[in-house]
Amino acid sequence: MASGRGLRAAILSLLLLALFVGAWQLATGGGAGAAADVDPEYAKLIGKEAASGGKSAMPSPADVVKKIWNHVVDPFYDRGTNDKGIGIQLAYSIARVLGGYLLAALFAIPLGFLIGMSPLVYRALDPFIQVLKPISPLAWMPLALYTIKDSSTSSVFVIFICSVWPMLINTAFGVASVRKEWLNVARTLEVGPLRKAFTVILPAAAPTIMTGMRISIGIAWLVIVAAEMLVGGTGIGYFVWNEWNNLSIANIITAILLIGLVGMLLDQLLARLARAVTYPE
Amino acid sequence: MLPREERPLIRAEAIGRTFGGETLTAVFEDVWFDVQRGEFVVLIGHSGCGKTTILNILAGLDAPSAGVVLVDEREIDGPSLDRAVIFQSHALMPWMSVQANVAFAVHSRWPKWPREKVKAHVQKFIDLVGLTGSEKKKPVQLSGGMKQRVGIARALSIEPKMLLMDKPFSALDALTRGTLQDEVLRICQATNQTVFMITHDVDEAILLADRIVLMTNGPRAKIAEIVVNTMPRERTRHDMHKHPHYYRIRNHIIEFLVDRSKAFDQEIATRGYDPKHPPLVSPGLAEPVLAASQPISIAALRAGGGDQIPSRRQG
Repeated sequence: MASGRGLRAAILSLLLLALFVGAWQLATGGGAGAAADVDPEYAKLIGKEAASGGKSAMPSPADVVKKIWNHVVDPFYDRGTNDKGIGIQLAYSIARVLGGYLLAALFAIPLGFLIGMSPLVYRALDPFIQVLKPISPLAWMPLALYTIKDSSTSSVFVIFICSVWPMLINTAFGVASVRKEWLNVARTLEVGPLRKAFTVILPAAAPTIMTGMRISIGIAWLVIVAAEMLVGGTGIGYFVWNEWNNLSIANIITAILLIGLVGMLLDQLLARLARAVTYPE
Repeated sequence: MLPREERPLIRAEAIGRTFGGETLTAVFEDVWFDVQRGEFVVLIGHSGCGKTTILNILAGLDAPSAGVVLVDEREIDGPSLDRAVIFQSHALMPWMSVQANVAFAVHSRWPKWPREKVKAHVQKFIDLVGLTGSEKKKPVQLSGGMKQRVGIARALSIEPKMLLMDKPFSALDALTRGTLQDEVLRICQATNQTVFMITHDVDEAILLADRIVLMTNGPRAKIAEIVVNTMPRERTRHDMHKHPHYYRIRNHIIEFLVDRSKAFDQEIATRGYDPKHPPLVSPGLAEPVLAASQPISIAALRAGGGDQIPSRRQG
């Protein structure tokens, strides 16, 4: 029964995809007839290709597939600053995201522990968190560029600042809501504070912490594209912006697809980790 | 002065506990009792009389607002490995296996023990509570009774001077409860373990206790009487009710819980009361005068039919 439903869902998914690709094919394939009406002066001014619209800048599905195939067979070529393989660009982005994300985890989890364990620290830090949390991470960019003076490190910083909040808040919440009876067990067994933190509080709060980490990786992957568009140089965000300047829509679509795929993989990875630390009660 | 072995292990002296901010309410006040070495003492009373609070104070998880509790002549300051607690809700760590839950306690007690020694010690207590074969299971895979067995194994494994049990069987079904009571009785008698337990269950109290402390209703609860269980220690759940003392003790306690626990203040207004030495009674030895002078109420009979005293559930 369940597998039957799974099969039907898969068929429906494929149908929807076919419908979408078909509509796309129709929309991009039908623009050839308008060439005759263009004013020659205008055509001279903006270039024949663009004015005639004979070949639309919007690629057909087949063009995109061809482009994707080109990228798949040679993802890591490097022909100078503005022409690197999409694999290299993705690797740059992933490295920046993981760098900023891990720094954020190193900072947020211990601090979240402190906030969760001490109502005093919670109250003292709460106003800062409330003000800092809603700031768009990109708003930090100029400040980061000015103080750090390195565009790549600045985007790592932006990733750090955007992924820190969900982890911080979830860790604090998870630690603060550890069941009192488990803490009482630790107390009656005279368990020291460090051992208590690692053997009772951390495992008890781990599912909540992992939820925060999963939210964070999603936000970080969203932000890196925008950050790299701003700072330029390398990365998938820069790639998208560069291909926009080249008006290579097929490349942009390829990049969009890949951004989605990598984002999904990162999310799945964190979901798997979350499942590993979840305990049934 | 008595030699150390004959002095009580635990002595509560004039303890009281108040809760609340501006309008302070004393849950109980001026409570005195003791627990001798090797003795099984059960505290019984209605919800809200501060039973759990008293147990938490003995455990060191809570502190009295007034008075002191002495263990081996030393005032309690915080929890200790000498006093193991069996919690009502078993309080097992759900991410640890049965083995790891017990090992957590053993390692806390003897941090320097090598892994093998800890493992052997843990196994001994898992076997003792009859959980051999379930070592690798997680608490979620166990029934309520098995979970509480792990809780008992964990408490016994640190070889404490005294066991504190907080309504340990109240979350279990009647059948499991009976089996577990028998096993606790067997283990405690075999090891001469000192135990302090709180319960709602009259039969459980009579089966397990050497002395039963009766508490009046809160707020401002006090110890009304201490009932000596005059039945022989070699009793079982199976044949306990055949002993002539059984119904006398049982009727005495039920009557207290149904009627006297509410109106204890009026009762002592006429005959006086010394909180430091609450009356020690042995209703098993003779027909109690109070019970004979008045018919037992319907409520008492009804309460006598079941195991649980009709009362509000405690949060």
